[in-house]
Amino acid sequence: MISRRIFLKNGGLALVSLGFAPEFLARTVAAADSRRRVLVTVFQRGAVDGLNMIVPFGERDYYSARPSIAIARPGSGADAAVDLDGFFGLHPRMAHLKPLFDARDLAIVHACGSHDETRSHFDAQDYMETATPGVKSTQTGWLNRYLHAKEHQKATPFRAVALAPQLPRALQGIAPALAIGQIGQFGIRAGQATEMVQSSFESEYAAAANSVLHKTGREAFDAIKMLKEADPSKYSPENGAEYPRTGYGEALKQIAQLIKADVGLEVAFAESGNWDHHVNEGAALGQIANRLDDFSRGITALVRDLGPRMADVVVLTMSEFGRAVAENGNRGTDHGHGNAMMVIGGGVRGGKVYGRWPGLAREQRHEGRDLAITTDFRAVFSEVVSGHLGLKDTKNVFPGFSGSAPLGLFG
Amino acid sequence: MHAFRHRYRLLTSAVLVAAISLAQPSLDAQKTKSGVPSNPDDKTIIHVLNRIGFGPRPGDVARVRAMGLATYIEQQLYPQKIDNPQLAPRLASLETLGTSTRELAQEYFLPAQMARRDEMRRRAQQNPSMEPAEPPRPERRSSEQVTAERGARQVLTDLMQQKILRASYSERQLEEVMVDFWFNHFNVFVGKGQTRVYLSEYERDAIRPHVLGKFRDLLQKTAESPAMLFYLDNWQSSAPADAMTMNGPNRPQRGRPGIRRDPNRTATLADLPPAAQNRRPRGLNENYARELMELHTLGVDGGYTQKDVQEVARALTGWTIANPRQGGGFQFEPRMHDNGEKTVLGHKIKAGGGKADGDQVLDILSTHPSTARYISMKLARRFVSDEPPAALVDRAAKRFRETDGDIREVVRTIVTSPEFFATEAYRAKVKTPFEFVVSAIRATGADASNALPVVQTLRDLGMPLYGCQPPTGYSDRAEAWVNTGALLNRMNFAVALASGRMRGISPATFSQSASDASASLVSVALAGDLSEATATTVAKATATPQAVALVLGSPEFQKR
Repeated sequence: MISRRIFLKNGGLALVSLGFAPEFLARTVAAADSRRRVLVTVFQRGAVDGLNMIVPFGERDYYSARPSIAIARPGSGADAAVDLDGFFGLHPRMAHLKPLFDARDLAIVHACGSHDETRSHFDAQDYMETATPGVKSTQTGWLNRYLHAKEHQKATPFRAVALAPQLPRALQGIAPALAIGQIGQFGIRAGQATEMVQSSFESEYAAAANSVLHKTGREAFDAIKMLKEADPSKYSPENGAEYPRTGYGEALKQIAQLIKADVGLEVAFAESGNWDHHVNEGAALGQIANRLDDFSRGITALVRDLGPRMADVVVLTMSEFGRAVAENGNRGTDHGHGNAMMVIGGGVRGGKVYGRWPGLAREQRHEGRDLAITTDFRAVFSEVVSGHLGLKDTKNVFPGFSGSAPLGLFG
Repeated sequence: MHAFRHRYRLLTSAVLVAAISLAQPSLDAQKTKSGVPSNPDDKTIIHVLNRIGFGPRPGDVARVRAMGLATYIEQQLYPQKIDNPQLAPRLASLETLGTSTRELAQEYFLPAQMARRDEMRRRAQQNPSMEPAEPPRPERRSSEQVTAERGARQVLTDLMQQKILRASYSERQLEEVMVDFWFNHFNVFVGKGQTRVYLSEYERDAIRPHVLGKFRDLLQKTAESPAMLFYLDNWQSSAPADAMTMNGPNRPQRGRPGIRRDPNRTATLADLPPAAQNRRPRGLNENYARELMELHTLGVDGGYTQKDVQEVARALTGWTIANPRQGGGFQFEPRMHDNGEKTVLGHKIKAGGGKADGDQVLDILSTHPSTARYISMKLARRFVSDEPPAALVDRAAKRFRETDGDIREVVRTIVTSPEFFATEAYRAKVKTPFEFVVSAIRATGADASNALPVVQTLRDLGMPLYGCQPPTGYSDRAEAWVNTGALLNRMNFAVALASGRMRGISPATFSQSASDASASLVSVALAGDLSEATATTVAKATATPQAVALVLGSPEFQKR
């Protein structure tokens, strides 16, 4: 409760600094408690270079290892890192996240990731989505195990939605979860006969003898009707939010739609791709700059659009591993180890970069080349599950994870 | 060491001969206990066509009745004896199906890799750091790159199309069911690095020839296949630093042959073979060893320990790939092999065995009772029900042990059993998306000249071909396949197929009236067995595409 009120205060500040008035905040204070908590996860597929996203500008070794792609120290012009705490800074193209950090709604966990040694995108993404590093045969994703562990009596078909053509590993498992490429496309598509075909199928499944088919059929047709009432075609973002016109921006926009339509969304999943910059990564400008611009604009737009609803929403970002400390011969970076994650939302104790910083001197690096890991990514996941989604016992969600000293991201 | 293995095999053969002669009485008992009805009704024939194949086509029920149900089943157990004249013309345009991996790598995959690299270099040079680079977009690719990528894609789309076309049109239906079953049992994933280069060869040479043969052969073929070696990382598993290799004490600094490892030098993409990003530090990799026991043989409760996993991994060190980028084959690399003594499930494997260490492990695993049980359980689940009767699994496992893992015999035990023909088994399985889509093509007598739209449909239905990430393979249980989004997509596929919106696929129902089309479909595929609700809604449809869609999308047609 206290944290929500703090958010509304701080959120107000954030919104002010984002450039619009907080006049609608008061009336939402009362409503906030009745709302369902929502988790929006964003997967940066391809391994984002965390050292250029959340820049350790206080490290001399950062600059010596990256002669052509380092981000300059704060205060050295428009292309410099945006100072967060005197040691870490945001990439300049992510400057619009600074007000969220200042309002204590954005927390960052650095030197974070999976202790598994793999440098394969495929394996590492798999391990992060199943949250069982090193165990390949895990069939269920961590988000699905959460959904299963905290069964919801009045769960709608929209309780868990991936805005993606296929259900990601994180959401696969026993609990129902939906993959939707475009929410406008959801339903029966039979041209002019759509209504007739839809109602015919509906009566067939209402009479289905098989209970699984019967139940799922009913859910499917309920979902169609629910979405129709929400009328996704007429959506326009609020508070002047502008989503990037990319697949990722579109996915976040549709997540906001579903949240506002009150269709029972609790866990959402979106992807941001193209982070594998082996060649010509760029620094303040260039490839990674453009990707970070898209990435952070999407988040800013979602936060703006949701406005005070962010009191009940957490955005969690992740990427399978980080990149090598030193740039390679092609002014890019090769696959590495530790990375940075972001946690954004009302209940978050933000305004801080969490985790013990291991340093970047060669002897401090993992295998002499990569950012070492001081926080297991499952520590972040499990705090989100317990602190935000309110599941107290997380041991079935994170099997084999014995836990660690809490970071204190919530509460 | 070869002599040792030879002796071991001889020994097993001797035991086997004894086992077979002992088994003789029970074989006769089996025959008398056959559950195959001598005078089956349509529902029973359709049940068989749905289980040992991908469902009936128009005319199939009459054909099977004419030859006798028992004869049909017996014939399907010997696919090589079945004439298959319709299939070859269907596959003729898929020109990469028979191509060797080496050629696929040289002619199709390498050019695409090179083109991608050239493109990256070009952009790196053209692009001064001041000018923002764009992420690669299709329209920015050079025409050489587009052509090269199309080549690489063709290999995979050829493979995906052949899977659909074979299941739809091969007369050897049980063979196709078994290829699907065993590929899924020994799953590899198209999206993991070089695996895709080896995928065609994996299904064609490692799986297909052995699907009704000896389990031991299938195990050997998959263990030595570059697809599996790559997918589960065994190709880079090598003796731990303190172990004895075949060249004496191991020096930790030495890398894999051909790859320089100097921690002070930053390798670039151009320096590295493509798989090098997947490279782990030198040492043991347990991935394959673990899945070999958990998923391929003993099953998760099959009675092995973490220590066994490590020992099996040690035995399999040095089982690697000659040159993955060039599409090279299996190779035993003595310098990577841990040549010390191992103990696997209580069996001692003597020091100095080399490659034969791994062969011995496969012998031990394939003859272990847990394997007989686990494989029989999975087969019974495929053919009978999600939770198959324990007595049937017991008999199938016994047959497995009696016949030294003869898959044909185990399958025969299951598909001729009373349990298989019991009323509880009738329509007890929910079709997987692949089974659903193929059964719809067959039931409508559709002529498919291009299966690519179906490849896309299977993605929408959550079952992309060759696209199952985890080594478990796709689930064979109803819950996995019945969810809101996928169910709507099944109905949408039914609508699209029936109305001719699947390009290149024309159902025979096109030329018929709504009532004729739905009546014949209901009789061909469902033996007239419909709920009243389905019968009523289908009868109300006045246009043929809708009537057909309402049958194919019905709850009844989702089951087999």
